[in-house]
Amino acid sequence: MFLKKLFSKKSTPAPQQQTCKAESCSCTQQNGYEATMQKSMDRRTAFRQLTTGLLAGAGLLQTACSITADSESREKAQLKWEEFFKKNYRLMTDEEKQQTVDRLTRMYELRTGKHINMDTKGPVQSVLYGYAFNISKCRGYMDCVNACVQENNQDRDTQMQYIRIHEHKNGQINFEQAEDDFFHEVPATGHFYMGTQCYHCENPPCVDVCPVKATWKEEDGIVVVDYDWCIGCRYCMAACPYDGRRFNWKEPHVPEEEVNKDQHYLGNRLRKQGVMEKCTFCIQRTRKGKNPACVEACPTGARIFGNLLDPNSQIRWVLANKKVFRLKEDLGTEPKFWYFMD
Amino acid sequence: MKNLKIFFRFVRDSLDVATQGTRAYHVWMAVLTFLMLLAAFAYAVQIENGLIVTGMSDRISWGLYISNFTFLVGVAAAAVMLVLPTYVLKDVDFKQAVLVGEGLAVAALLMCLAFVVVDLGGPARAWHLIPGLGLFNWPSSMLAWDVIVLNGYLFLNITIPLYILIRHYQGKEPIDKVYIPGVFISVFWAVGIHMVTAFLYAGLPARPFWNSSLLGPRFLASAFAAGPALIILILIYIRKFSSFPIGETVVRKLALVATVAAQVNIIMLISELFKEFYAPTHHSQSAFYLFFGLEGHDSLVPWIWTAISLNLLATTMLTLHFVRNNFKTLALACALLFLGIWIEKGMGLIIPGFVPGPWGEIAEYTPSWVEIAVTIGIWAMGAFIFTALVKVALAIESGTLRYQPNKHTA
Repeated sequence: MFLKKLFSKKSTPAPQQQTCKAESCSCTQQNGYEATMQKSMDRRTAFRQLTTGLLAGAGLLQTACSITADSESREKAQLKWEEFFKKNYRLMTDEEKQQTVDRLTRMYELRTGKHINMDTKGPVQSVLYGYAFNISKCRGYMDCVNACVQENNQDRDTQMQYIRIHEHKNGQINFEQAEDDFFHEVPATGHFYMGTQCYHCENPPCVDVCPVKATWKEEDGIVVVDYDWCIGCRYCMAACPYDGRRFNWKEPHVPEEEVNKDQHYLGNRLRKQGVMEKCTFCIQRTRKGKNPACVEACPTGARIFGNLLDPNSQIRWVLANKKVFRLKEDLGTEPKFWYFMD
Repeated sequence: MKNLKIFFRFVRDSLDVATQGTRAYHVWMAVLTFLMLLAAFAYAVQIENGLIVTGMSDRISWGLYISNFTFLVGVAAAAVMLVLPTYVLKDVDFKQAVLVGEGLAVAALLMCLAFVVVDLGGPARAWHLIPGLGLFNWPSSMLAWDVIVLNGYLFLNITIPLYILIRHYQGKEPIDKVYIPGVFISVFWAVGIHMVTAFLYAGLPARPFWNSSLLGPRFLASAFAAGPALIILILIYIRKFSSFPIGETVVRKLALVATVAAQVNIIMLISELFKEFYAPTHHSQSAFYLFFGLEGHDSLVPWIWTAISLNLLATTMLTLHFVRNNFKTLALACALLFLGIWIEKGMGLIIPGFVPGPWGEIAEYTPSWVEIAVTIGIWAMGAFIFTALVKVALAIESGTLRYQPNKHTA
């Protein structure tokens, strides 16, 4: 009976015995037993609560006997546990999203004593983001790469970068001949530069292959990853024709003073070991109407970002007035990232 | 109630058989256990530090683990070459050997699952793959398909032999109606697991080396060569070192299967080589890297030429009647074939898929000691499971292990 109740997806709410006007009156409130037993619950919640119960029992026993365990470490363990059993982001209610954000900010506070702001702002109506790259203007200064790393909290130890700048010899666009790992003064004579990053394809192959739906395309066209749902199989990495995805081969490390504390759940919040990440068009900035960090940082104005659905946007002007092209169009991925020349 | 009692007695008797044996048996199992413990240590290092301790990188993001996984799916699928003739075609010759094939399938599948799990960045979150509890991207993701078909095939290959063995354990004949439907499903399922695994790679236009319609059929051909080759080696061993009667004919028939499959595999290899090298395009770069090296990067070149030489030599040997009919030379040919396909279909298939990268980057991959230790440990685990399963199965099939209702009651 107990289990049946616990596992039933929808249980009928407790019948109210009386109607009572006073809000603080306790007569309409369920007693503890009812509140626990009649809560509607899905399997995962049930599983989590059962295991939390078990673990809390075992943990309590341990902490009760231990003189070193303080309330803080207990809270940490509790938060970690609840985080582990949370849902895929897309299945969360607004309330659950807030709860996980609260847990994550609290965990950061417990760890460092500092506060972070974490956003869950959804896509803005009638917005579809697009990007254009002016090959004539890029001079390979790499300011975009550095701004991206600072903005998005990538691992400093392995020098993870979302953007790659390819140095082509004049006369050909041949990526096999191009250099994307150069250490010399730029712009080098007889060369030109092209940046690549995640193209936020309309038909993203990475999304199709993910076995657990940990990555998807948002309504505004941004392809995102749920860092806490990803199992780290790296199938998306194999499926991406544009080298747009990065993997955390180790626990990512950002010095505390360098952490960008304005974060988005699907964007630049701190990642963990063994999960994928990628460019999100700086979702934490762009959904608030700002440009991505790379666009803002570019000293030559080679990078253009905007709303494809807004006929007056700069990106639409580029698409209408410049001869634009995209890379590997034959694969049918429909990138929302165009190149053009002056 | 009675059935439950028989089942528990069966489990207990099986454990007795599996834990007792000659000194050689104990040494063998001890060595395997030692290797598994070494792997556990290496895996602990990997869990602690992350996949950074492997040779993999953003450039080459799958390595030795996924290579072995791919190869072993083929070994598991090859059980069908014993199951089909035994249960469907009712070929009596195969009857004694079929349980060996099914045991091998179980061991190979458990190894496959282990290789996938050790490759995960977050194995603790693997429960996201459990339908109902997690979120399953089916039917879109081929990996989701693979999880289903591998576990389904594992289920079939555990339950069917288990049923037959429990019946024989009681001295009864299995009832056709109970298990034959499962057998029919498993025949199609065996082809399914390997096709789905091929589609996992073939479905990626981003990697032209894998994005080939020949990949699925080629997987099957190489699987039906390497799998039976391994089974032949095991059967020859059992014939030599135990009194269990395995007919000469079953080995001969299996040798014929391996021969034809190896020949087909060579034809497909030639077809691939022609396509890559007659009129090379950008998409042939991976093949150039594999066979000749690119810009001085040629770590796979000696491996692939070894594999091709082994395959050609073994196929020629198998094709010649006098070599195939002599069990000594047959065993040698099978060993060469198995090794050749392991290289070709493992590292020789997975690594070139990533070289050159999407923007033409050329990187090299060398497995780290952690990967090698874990890989050896998983193979040891497979051998351990297989040995135990076959020991019990043979004890029951030869009649030495039987249900004795009053044995333990005193």
